[in-house]
Amino acid sequence: MSLGKDLKHVATLEPETIPSTFPKKFPRRDSRLARLGENLRLVWRVLTSNRKVAIGSSIVAFFLLVAIFGPLLAPYDPTATSRLSETPPSAAHWLGTTATGQDIFSQLLYGTRSSVFWGFLTGLLVTLVSVVVGLVSGYFGGIIDEILSLVTNVFLVIPALPLAIVAVGYFPKGPLTIALVIILTNWSFNARLLRAQTLSMRSREFVTAARASGESAWRIIFFEIFPNEIGIVAAAFVSTVIFVLLAWTALEFLGLGDINTVSWGSMLYWAQQSDSIFSGLWWWFAPPGCCIALLGAALALINFGIDEIADPRLRSEISEHVPKELKEKAVT
Amino acid sequence: MSVSEQLTVQQTPEKVLEPVLEAEHLRKDFPLRTVRLFGPPRAVHAVEDASLALYPGRATAVVGESGSGKTTVARMLARLYDPTSGVIRFHGQPVDLKARGQALRTYRRHVQLIFQDPFASLNPIHSVRYHLSRPLRVHGHAHNRQEETEQILALLRRVSLTPAEQFIEKYPYQLSGGQRQRIAIARALAVRPEVLLADEPVSMLDVSIRLDILNLLLRLKDEEQLALLYITHDIASARYFAEETLVMYAGQMVEGGPSEEVTQRPKHPYTQLLLSAAPDPDRMMAGQKLQLPARGEIPSLINPPSGCRFHPRCPHAMEVCRQRFPRRTQLGNGHWAHCFLYGDGDGEPVVSARLKTASSTGAAESTATGGAGLGTSSLTPPSSGASPSSQS
Repeated sequence: MSLGKDLKHVATLEPETIPSTFPKKFPRRDSRLARLGENLRLVWRVLTSNRKVAIGSSIVAFFLLVAIFGPLLAPYDPTATSRLSETPPSAAHWLGTTATGQDIFSQLLYGTRSSVFWGFLTGLLVTLVSVVVGLVSGYFGGIIDEILSLVTNVFLVIPALPLAIVAVGYFPKGPLTIALVIILTNWSFNARLLRAQTLSMRSREFVTAARASGESAWRIIFFEIFPNEIGIVAAAFVSTVIFVLLAWTALEFLGLGDINTVSWGSMLYWAQQSDSIFSGLWWWFAPPGCCIALLGAALALINFGIDEIADPRLRSEISEHVPKELKEKAVT
Repeated sequence: MSVSEQLTVQQTPEKVLEPVLEAEHLRKDFPLRTVRLFGPPRAVHAVEDASLALYPGRATAVVGESGSGKTTVARMLARLYDPTSGVIRFHGQPVDLKARGQALRTYRRHVQLIFQDPFASLNPIHSVRYHLSRPLRVHGHAHNRQEETEQILALLRRVSLTPAEQFIEKYPYQLSGGQRQRIAIARALAVRPEVLLADEPVSMLDVSIRLDILNLLLRLKDEEQLALLYITHDIASARYFAEETLVMYAGQMVEGGPSEEVTQRPKHPYTQLLLSAAPDPDRMMAGQKLQLPARGEIPSLINPPSGCRFHPRCPHAMEVCRQRFPRRTQLGNGHWAHCFLYGDGDGEPVVSARLKTASSTGAAESTATGGAGLGTSSLTPPSSGASPSSQS
């Protein structure tokens, strides 16, 4: 083909049409399934492209698996007592036994389920409350914002743990009480954060455009603004879970939880009650302590990773995995 | 637009064409939320007094520099801002400006806005399909996914985004500025409006694709008899695009009429200034210099100048210009201006002691008109209550 002919062809193109060299048969895909697959691939890419996120999420995944399947693998009933008290780790009892002869390894497996389940559930609920309060307050402004901001500010300055201790002592003991008290004392920080973000987001033109096309307020808040804040919400959720795990353990350690359930916090409580540190029973308090530290560190790693991904200077790391069709377009 | 077309438009009396959307004496103050211990609360007087009418199949341009209140007018008409005072009429019926919810949605089914910046007006996390499906769903034009897909594909073809099947699953970041603005136009069209308010639809786009977008809007206007409001700071494109042109300065409408009239025979000194700032090959070939010195800038809208807001920059400013805003003077052919050089609504030009001497070359025609009524020296006494701009 001569060069002149080529140029003529290019010149007569409609400016917004894609050149005919573009593959005519675009791979047909059922868009919903394809979208789900694309999203999963994206999540996988984010999880694996950053080393901190990769390490953090594998540890978290390990704990989640233990929480789900651990109790099936437990060699003993975690609450069953025996005459073998305070034995150090052995082949029969991998992590030794307590003062009343309970198997610590079995307790740890059961305790992981309880602690991880309640930690993540409470973290999720705390985040949910902050998201609703923060976005509603930031989007509507005016008197709604004034009231919600006032409440948020009051809860911000209340010292959370002392209030939680008092409140937990006042209500009937149990995990539900602890969960509600932790939600009550911890939602305000992230609500404040998200309100500020929403304030800047609501004056963005795509929000105005959504209003102009007749969208309702709740639809704009949760379908236009919220997805743009998902990164912040994810980071807030991760750090909230760390805090909730620690607060939960602290309350149980102080004997404010249900001490008869098996969890990391109640294991530490009983270890403390039996003076395990002074008796040198390290196998009693060390395993739950290590689990908390490890899970906390893993979540912190994920958060650092999110920061790195959000930093534009580090974005080149992900941009290597541009969707295929874009690359093709760039070439043609 | 051909000459014959222009003539027919002018010859058909306005009575035949009923305006779709009318605005009368729109005014918008944005209160400032600064705490002041002394003095009254302050406000930005964005729009002082704007009136306009939009007709089916015709385009009206509003021109003016940044801060002249053009966008505020469009947003009031789109009911994104509530006017401080004034009336909006849709098909002759006054629109309830307090309405919310369903009534507001009904209004928006007929009046749609296209935004200036296509890079900001599309949500980066949503696909083209989502952007176009929402107005279809909200306004009940599509009830299931198949109807939705068919209508979205039709919309994409209408705005010349082909092959539509490929664009439907794309995300804003995969599109160029021109393509994004086409999506924004398609989103406005999805509602099936009668009135399209285009707020500087091409100013953020590359020069090479501006004409494409303007021609697309022109085609839609002609094919679907849309009433178009075209907001721009480029007076040359107003002439190309719109049958009627209105000139705004600092929230006041200073001149208006058929685009050919306004751009070829500008009367108001501000319009003359605007036109002299636009590059004109003929004038440049003739080696003429700028006729008016472009001096000053748009005043503070918190403390706007009294009277005619253009007087601090106007080469012909008179004492009376400081005192009040002139009434509308009809200049024939549907051309009108608010300027004391041509009268004060009664056709009698106002002549008084000049504040500044007019530049000798500047608008010789207007100086002549201004000098016509010499002798009578009809200095109108300042009537502080009557004029809309004397509130300060």
